[in-house]
Amino acid sequence: MSKSNTILYLDGVSVSFDGFRAINNLSLVLDKGEMRAIIGPNGAGKTTMMDIVTGKTRPDEGEVFFDGQVDLTRHDEAEIAMMGIGRKFQKPTVFESHTIEDNLMLALKGPRSIFPALFHRRSAAEARQIDDILGIIRLGDKRHEQAANLSHGQKQWLEIGMLLAQDPKLLLVDEPVAGMTDAETEETARLLKDIARDHSVIVVEHDMHFVRELGVKVTCLHEGSVLSEGTLDFVSADERVVEVYLGR
Amino acid sequence: MITGRFFAAGADRRIAITIFILLAAAIIVPLLNLAVSPTSAFYVPAYIVALTGKYLCYALLALALDLVWGYCGILSLGHGAFFALGGYAMGMYLMRQIGSRGVYGNPILPDFMVFLNYKELPWFWYGFDHFWFAAITVLAVPGLLAFIFGWFAFRSRVTGVYLSIITQAMTYALLLAFFRNDMGFGGNNGLTDFKDILGFNVQADATRSALFAASAVMLALAVFVTWAIVGSKYGKLLMAVRDAESRTRFLGWRAENVKLFAFTVSAVMAGIAGALYVPQVGIINPGEFEPSNSIEVVIWAAVGGRGTIVGPIIGALLVNAGKSWFTGVLPELWLFALGGLFVAVTLLLPKGIIGMWDSWRGNARALRAASVVEEAAAKVGVASATSKPARSPARNPGEWSWSDPEPQAAE
Ligand SMILES: Nc1ncnc2c1ncn2[C@@H]1O[C@H](COP(=O)(O)OP(=O)(O)OP(=O)(O)O)[C@@H](O)[C@H]1O
Ligand SMILES: [Mg+2]
Repeated sequence: MSKSNTILYLDGVSVSFDGFRAINNLSLVLDKGEMRAIIGPNGAGKTTMMDIVTGKTRPDEGEVFFDGQVDLTRHDEAEIAMMGIGRKFQKPTVFESHTIEDNLMLALKGPRSIFPALFHRRSAAEARQIDDILGIIRLGDKRHEQAANLSHGQKQWLEIGMLLAQDPKLLLVDEPVAGMTDAETEETARLLKDIARDHSVIVVEHDMHFVRELGVKVTCLHEGSVLSEGTLDFVSADERVVEVYLGR
Repeated sequence: MITGRFFAAGADRRIAITIFILLAAAIIVPLLNLAVSPTSAFYVPAYIVALTGKYLCYALLALALDLVWGYCGILSLGHGAFFALGGYAMGMYLMRQIGSRGVYGNPILPDFMVFLNYKELPWFWYGFDHFWFAAITVLAVPGLLAFIFGWFAFRSRVTGVYLSIITQAMTYALLLAFFRNDMGFGGNNGLTDFKDILGFNVQADATRSALFAASAVMLALAVFVTWAIVGSKYGKLLMAVRDAESRTRFLGWRAENVKLFAFTVSAVMAGIAGALYVPQVGIINPGEFEPSNSIEVVIWAAVGGRGTIVGPIIGALLVNAGKSWFTGVLPELWLFALGGLFVAVTLLLPKGIIGMWDSWRGNARALRAASVVEEAAAKVGVASATSKPARSPARNPGEWSWSDPEPQAAE
């Protein structure tokens, strides 16, 4: 398999925790500009896969390449984030004691060293970017409120907004619609499709309506490796997929 | 922008008031000691000047701890070590100022070195006859130790209780080292019998007043610097690291550097506090490295309210005033009282005095606002305030009840 023209390339990746193989010989390729949905039962290794890509977990074996040439196993979280991989956690994680606006300001693309941050003053361009993102995630009227006061769904949106502020090339979005109403879920699908126009995206989600809404290629993980891959209809007709979902 | 914030309302106004009070005290207290007749009711005796000057040094130490504990969640149980190192640097200068006036009359060697049969001054005592050199050391030694310690600790991601334990180990190791006579720092007697500072008699009323004023001004400056740091984008990052460290990493920030900077600045502040403390109490000995000293600092900050800048200062002043009074009346019970205070504060006032004050003020304001709204509603004849359309419940109901910002682990 050629790595060129891929944004993410995983080959033969395995990782064990205390002898338990959470990821088992996983191979997954994402083309530049592609959006992919990943499904799979609880404990399939979806979040662990993201941990590996973002440098939180080191794989025991296998190759992990970003943008065709960068070996991600040699870099740590901050470096990987600076290369352009953004991540939304499964449990929405925002800076609770800061305002919505400050959350976005800390995420905005820019220098990441201490002294510039110490003497930083918000520029007009930055203020405009923050305004734009607040519009997209519909939290403009709450910009001065503490993030702790947001509902679960709003936190999910704020975290997606922080991803946008970071402006990565590849977005890893873990369960973005957990805790959202149906209307919000639809809205999120629209937002992600919008983002996918000029970014590569991996979305992990259990909500099949949402996955259908996205209308992209689906990968089903099970016990740490790929069980089935294709359109949602193809994957959900796959006997083995039906079995792992029903046989739980 | 900074000046704009400085004169703004709310918490920022509290900072401005604190700085104003400290600067005013720096002028008024010395005047009341030096320019008022001892028979006057306004006279402040010299021992009070020295005692409050000492408290101000403790307050500066508590503020230093607040920067790392309150704003970055690093519970350092070793800040007493930075304080003591700053104190030793100042003590070494003061020792060399004694010159040939010591008991043994040696113009170069301090008394304890003559006593221990030193033939010449150890190399690390060179330069301490100059005040400027000692002043640089006061900043550099605690800063460098904190930098090296933090470099390794934060890089290997030691956090929480483990970090607290190794900071205790650090101060304990220094305690043992400074107890040794062959370290060249006066062993368990430490450094004492100081005569002059910058050519002025350390015992003189005017010098004591000047040291008091220096402590007050330095504390005011530290309040300003801490406030400026905390209000900057870096300060917001510091709190972000406290609340969700891994989130900051995945945004590309190096959380270890964020912590390292605050830890180093904080250690320098603690060193300055120690340097101002030593000439006012007239002695520095290894007891200052005692692990329990560092724990006491944590109690001061907790009592006043961590993460509030002003709180730890108030806590340090109140607890130490209480200690002075208590050790006069019931000396053997002081430690129990201190322990009881810590338990009481943790259980009853988790946000300290300042936190309690704020929530009390907040409630009062909310009540006032509510009654205003009610009045207005009654006038217009609106039956009930329109509420926002309710969101449908989340699929995991437990997740909705986050009301208070709490540190959380990312997953
Ligand atoms: N740090 C860790 N230590 C030990 N076991 C772990 C660790 N991280 C993940 N695991 C285990 O690896 C397996 C895969 O977990 P993972 O979180 O990747 O699943 P998932 O597909 O994201 O599931 P879910 O849909 O529930 O989020 C689980 O059995 C989990 O218990
Ligand atoms: Mg998961």
